Amino acid sequence: MKPAVRPRAEAWIEQVKRVHPIYWAKHWSWVAVRAILVIGFCFVILYPLFFKLSVSFKDRMDIYDTTVLWIPKNFTLDTIRIAFQALSYPKTAWNSFAIAGVSTAMQVVSCSLAAFAFARLHFKGSGLLFAGVIFTIIVPVQTIMITTYLNYRYFDVFGLIELFTGQRGFNLLDSYWPFILQSITGMGIKSGLFIFIFRQFFRGIPTELEEASYIDGCAVFQSFYRIMLPNAIPAIVTVVLFSFVWQWNDNYFVSLFLTSTDVLSTKLPVMWASFSLTDPLYAYLVKNAGELLFIAPIILLYMFAQRYFVESVERSGLIG
Amino acid sequence: MKRARMTLRRRKAALGMLFVSPWLLGFLFLFVVPLYESFLYSLNSLTLGKGGFDTSYEGFAYYRELFRTHPTFNRVLTEAITDIVINVPSITIFSLFVATLINQKFRGRVFARAIFFLPVLLAAPVLSLENSTQMNAIASSITGTSGEGGFLFTSFELQRMLLEAGAGQGIISYITGSVDRIYEIISSSGVQILIFLAALQSISPSLYEAAKIEGTTGYEAFWKITFPMISPILLTNVVYTIVDAYSRNALSQMITDTAFQSLNFSLSAAMAWVYFLVVAAILLITTTLISRKVFYYD
Repeated sequence: MKPAVRPRAEAWIEQVKRVHPIYWAKHWSWVAVRAILVIGFCFVILYPLFFKLSVSFKDRMDIYDTTVLWIPKNFTLDTIRIAFQALSYPKTAWNSFAIAGVSTAMQVVSCSLAAFAFARLHFKGSGLLFAGVIFTIIVPVQTIMITTYLNYRYFDVFGLIELFTGQRGFNLLDSYWPFILQSITGMGIKSGLFIFIFRQFFRGIPTELEEASYIDGCAVFQSFYRIMLPNAIPAIVTVVLFSFVWQWNDNYFVSLFLTSTDVLSTKLPVMWASFSLTDPLYAYLVKNAGELLFIAPIILLYMFAQRYFVESVERSGLIG
Repeated sequence: MKRARMTLRRRKAALGMLFVSPWLLGFLFLFVVPLYESFLYSLNSLTLGKGGFDTSYEGFAYYRELFRTHPTFNRVLTEAITDIVINVPSITIFSLFVATLINQKFRGRVFARAIFFLPVLLAAPVLSLENSTQMNAIASSITGTSGEGGFLFTSFELQRMLLEAGAGQGIISYITGSVDRIYEIISSSGVQILIFLAALQSISPSLYEAAKIEGTTGYEAFWKITFPMISPILLTNVVYTIVDAYSRNALSQMITDTAFQSLNFSLSAAMAWVYFLVVAAILLITTTLISRKVFYYD
């Protein structure tokens, strides 16, 4: 008798909630408010993107036509083509891609290894070193900007190079080496945050899994890449996405280390300036088209990674 | 077998040190040493020569110059601090609000989430997604909309409503100011929303069930369960928000410009150190204040 009563009672309460006017009004008014809020925020976020899309396909004539609001009357690809050429897109995009890709791959390796050690392999002083990780997050990059710059300008290991060649170190500026060095040692853009994310995720994976792998004869490293890494795919996707995108967007390190190599993030702010003398409005169009070209790869990447990314939140990746 | 067999614990400890070593190398040579050197540079004058650079000791002269004779430093520093103080509460509250919003079950939730995290990816300093006033003027003439249309929000009505409701002048200007900067707030709260969302997901549903049986309303459940349970994460988020403010303020730009346009390395290093110490002080104050109220479950 007892098991049958409870579902019936619950169903009855549900029924009351559906029919009773106060419950009904409360429920649906909240749904309406929520819908308005969500749609409103989505609009605020998407508005600049729609704006760029609309502007980039407009013809010169449409700018001055007040009847054209969003959908261009004379659809054209000219603006995009001009921006494409002004950016010399294939070359600069490739440079951006190479830097972001290489540093992402290295950052994932160095950060996940360090995070695994911090999460699971207890050694003397690991707590202190983790405090060091937090410290790297807190110190502004500007504080060590000049020394980093001079470091790579006169790159030297313990004065060995000066000893053998007589010169004051190598000049590593204007090459990919600074990016490689700083990401392989886990000092790249927001590496501290990535170590933090990985560590929290590894801590959330049950210890039993790891222990079982040892019993089955895994070495420590094997258990890392066979057990921990496959379980941490959402965290890896999150870190890859963030690392790639932040490196792609970054113009601070890029303008610090590179002088003659053009990447998108340094070329973008200057490429439309030449148009602004003759026709400021058209320059604005070209600028928007260029920005559209700049964010297109990120949006593509995000569409691809979005499912895993949201899943990593679902599986509470950040909080162990 | 010649090699002494280590216990698993010792082997793990040794491997742990091995795994950490790349990071440790970077930490020492690309972080600690540069940090120390940059402090030295702020005390020495630096002249670039042919084969490198020469230094001569100046003491705290550059710091004195900053506070006493530098034309804009004091103003820019105060602005940066006020910016942090103003932005941190609004970003934290907003991201908590959004996280609870998209944590609920409704149709199109996945889609809404995907959009809400978009600003994290588009928060590049080179992108002018939130158009500046000059560009807005050009843009409005391009799109043909008049001034109040388009993306320009006017909080005038809100301001009047709040005034009639009898709210204080300071609070009103804070709220309307936040509404006016809504895009800036949204675009800088992406990571915080992510962290809050993860925290919300990790709260055990049985707590809510028990509370529901006892007859709590949703409002009570939020303040009695949700809020205490995520309070440790609140601390994390406040720290992250303060740290994240580095990337987008005038002071960072000024530090870079002083170094690479006026080529005054020492002055720039001094600026950076003052900045760092100020931010560290803010972090210290906020963390001690918040961690008093933080509730730890275990």
